[in-house]
Amino acid sequence: MEAVISFLHAAIVAGTPLLFATLGEIITERSGNLNLGVEGMMLMGAVIGFMVGLNTESTTLALLAAMIAGAGGALIFAFLTITLRANQVVSGLTLTIFGTGFADFVGQDLIGQIAPESLRLFFRPYTIPLLGDIPFIGPVLFRQDAFVYLGYAASILLGLYLYKTSTGMNLRAVGENPGAADAAGINVTLYKYLHTLLGGALCGLGGAYLSLVYVPALQEGVTAGRGWIAVALVIFAAWNPYKALFGAYLFGGLDIIGFRIQNLGIDVSQYFIDMLPYMVTITVLVVVSMRKSREKAGPKACGIPYFREER
Amino acid sequence: MIMPITIRAIKKSEPGRMKAASIRIGAIILALVASSLFILLLSLNPADVYIKMIQGAFGTAYRIKETIVKAIPLVITSLGIAIAFKMQFWNIGGEGQIAIGSFAASYFALYMNDMPMPLMLTVMILAGMLAGGLWALIPAFFKAQWGTNETIVTLMMNYIALKWVMFLQYGPWRDPKSLGFPKIANFPQNAVLPKLLGVHVGWVIALILVVVVYIFINHTKKGYEIAVIGESINTARYAGINIKKTILIAIMLSGGLCGLVGMIQASAVNYTLSVEITGGVGYTAIITAWLAALSAPLILIVSILFAALLEGGSYIQTVFGIPQAAAEILQGIILFFVLGSEFFVRYKFVIVKKHSAIAEKGAD
Repeated sequence: MEAVISFLHAAIVAGTPLLFATLGEIITERSGNLNLGVEGMMLMGAVIGFMVGLNTESTTLALLAAMIAGAGGALIFAFLTITLRANQVVSGLTLTIFGTGFADFVGQDLIGQIAPESLRLFFRPYTIPLLGDIPFIGPVLFRQDAFVYLGYAASILLGLYLYKTSTGMNLRAVGENPGAADAAGINVTLYKYLHTLLGGALCGLGGAYLSLVYVPALQEGVTAGRGWIAVALVIFAAWNPYKALFGAYLFGGLDIIGFRIQNLGIDVSQYFIDMLPYMVTITVLVVVSMRKSREKAGPKACGIPYFREER
Repeated sequence: MIMPITIRAIKKSEPGRMKAASIRIGAIILALVASSLFILLLSLNPADVYIKMIQGAFGTAYRIKETIVKAIPLVITSLGIAIAFKMQFWNIGGEGQIAIGSFAASYFALYMNDMPMPLMLTVMILAGMLAGGLWALIPAFFKAQWGTNETIVTLMMNYIALKWVMFLQYGPWRDPKSLGFPKIANFPQNAVLPKLLGVHVGWVIALILVVVVYIFINHTKKGYEIAVIGESINTARYAGINIKKTILIAIMLSGGLCGLVGMIQASAVNYTLSVEITGGVGYTAIITAWLAALSAPLILIVSILFAALLEGGSYIQTVFGIPQAAAEILQGIILFFVLGSEFFVRYKFVIVKKHSAIAEKGAD
C-alpha cells in the first residue's frame, strides 16, 4: 500500500509539467491554432524562469518570467500564423527549433546549477489540513507542492472558463467556425492572439516546473520530448481540461515506472522502458482515431488560418 | 476628426515568379539584418562573423569537401520529406527513418559481410531504404486507415528508433574489443562507400535523386496524384484517385529516401552505427524542404547553403567562441522571416479610406 501511494504521488509530480503544457495547447487549439512549438516554449519558460529565480530568489517573479517567456514564443507563432497566415505546422516546428537554441544559448552558463534554496523551500510538499488526512486519497493528492495545487486549480478554472462562461463559448465558436463567429461579432483575431499567448504562458509554466521544482536544476534539453507528449495528450484528453488532468498524471506514471520496475528486480533494458511513453502515445492516438466520435473530434477549424476576405 | 484609413490584404490573382523570388530574397536579407542585431548583442562585428562563416564553409578545398559531406544527407532527406509534405502529410519522422535505415544497413555490414563490395553496398542500400520505408509505412497506414495524426506518430517513432539504436550500441551490438567504450565495431572495408573526386559517392547519389524526384513529382501520374491530395483531399476523391494507396506509396518513398541517408551516413561518414548517426538531419531537412518550396532543384541549392551555414557556424564557434546554440537561433530567425514573407508573396495591400460606413455603402 505504501508503495502504491508513493508511486501515485510521484506520478502526479511527474505529470504536472505535462499538465500545464497540455492545458496550454488545449486553449491554443480551441482558438483554432495548432501550435507545435510546445517543446520550444517549455524550454524557454524553463530557462528564463530558472534564470530569474536564481537572480531574484523570488518565486512570483520566476513564474511570471517563465510565463512571459512562453508567451513570447507564442507571440512569434501568433504573428506568423494569425497575421501573416503562415503554415501552422512549419511555424510551430520552427518555434521548437528556435526555442531549443534560445534555451541552450541563454542557459549555457547556468547548466548544472541548482534552484535557489528559497524557491525549493516554497515548493516543498505541503499537507492540506483535513483533506490531507483522508486515507489513501490524502497522501496521494493533498500532500503535494504548491505547483501541483496550481495545476489542479488551472485545469478546473480552464474547464469552467471553456464550458461555463460566454467568453469560453465564444472561444469554442472561434475554433469550430471562425467565419460564423466573426459574423456573430466576435473579434476572431483578438481571441486567437489572446488564447495562443495564454497557451504559451502555460507551456512556459510547465517548463519552469521542470527546472525549478522537478529536477530542480537546469539541464540541457530539460524537457526531453515532454512538449510533444503534451501535444498528443491534447488529443487523448479530447480538448477537455478536466480529462487533461487524468491524462497528464497517467503519463507522469509512465515516465517514472522504469525506475520502479527495476527496483522490483525485474530485468528489462532501460531503453525499452524509455520507449514506453512514446509507444503508449501512439497507441492512444490510433485508438482515439479508430473510434472517431463527434465529441472526441477536435475543434473543426484547428490548423486552418482564418482570413475574413476568403470565408 | 482623423480620417480612418485601413489597410486591407487582398489575395493576388497570380504571384509573379520574379516578384516572389525578390520578396524571398528580401526576407533573407531582413533575416540577416535581424541576425546581425543578435550578433551585435554578443558584442561581435556581424560583417566579420559573416565573412568568417563563408571562409569556414568554402575557404579551402578541405572545407568545401566538408560542406558537401554535410549537404548530402540534407539533400536526400529533404527530397524525402518534400514528397510527404507535398501531400500535406507532415512527416517529421526523418530522424527515426534515418536511424532505422542505418540499423538495417549496419546489420548486413556487421553480420553478413562476406560479399564482394558492389554486392555488399547494393544489399546495404536496399536494406536501408526498405527499413526506412517500412518504418514510415506504420504512421502512413494509420493515417490512411483511420486518419491518425501523423505529425505526432512520426515524431514519437523518432524517439523509439533512437532508443533502439541506443539499446544496440550499449547492449548486444557493443564491440567487446572497444575496451569498455560503448561503441559498435567499424564496418569492414567492403561495406564503406568509395570516394569520387575526394568526396564519398553519396554526392552522385544525391544529384541523381534530385533529378529523379523532380521528374517523379512533376512528370508522373503518381507525382501528380500526390500533389492533388495535398491541394484538396475532396478533389482527389472526386477525381477517383486511390487515396489510401497513394498515401502508402508516397510515404514509403519518403521514408525510403530517409533510410538511404541512414545507410550513407553509417557507411561513408561514421563507418558504423551509432546514436549520433542522424545528427538532427531529420529536423533540419524540414526547414530546407520548406525553404525550397518543396521543389527538388531548389532543395539542392538550399541544402548546400544550409550545410554552409552549419559548417561556417561550427567554424565561427572556434574562431569567436560562439556557442553551437547561436547557430540554431540564427536558423530559427531566418526561417521565421522566410515563413512570414510568404504572406507578401501571396497577398497585396490596398489602402481603403473609410469616409463613413454609410457613405461607403451609398457609393457601392
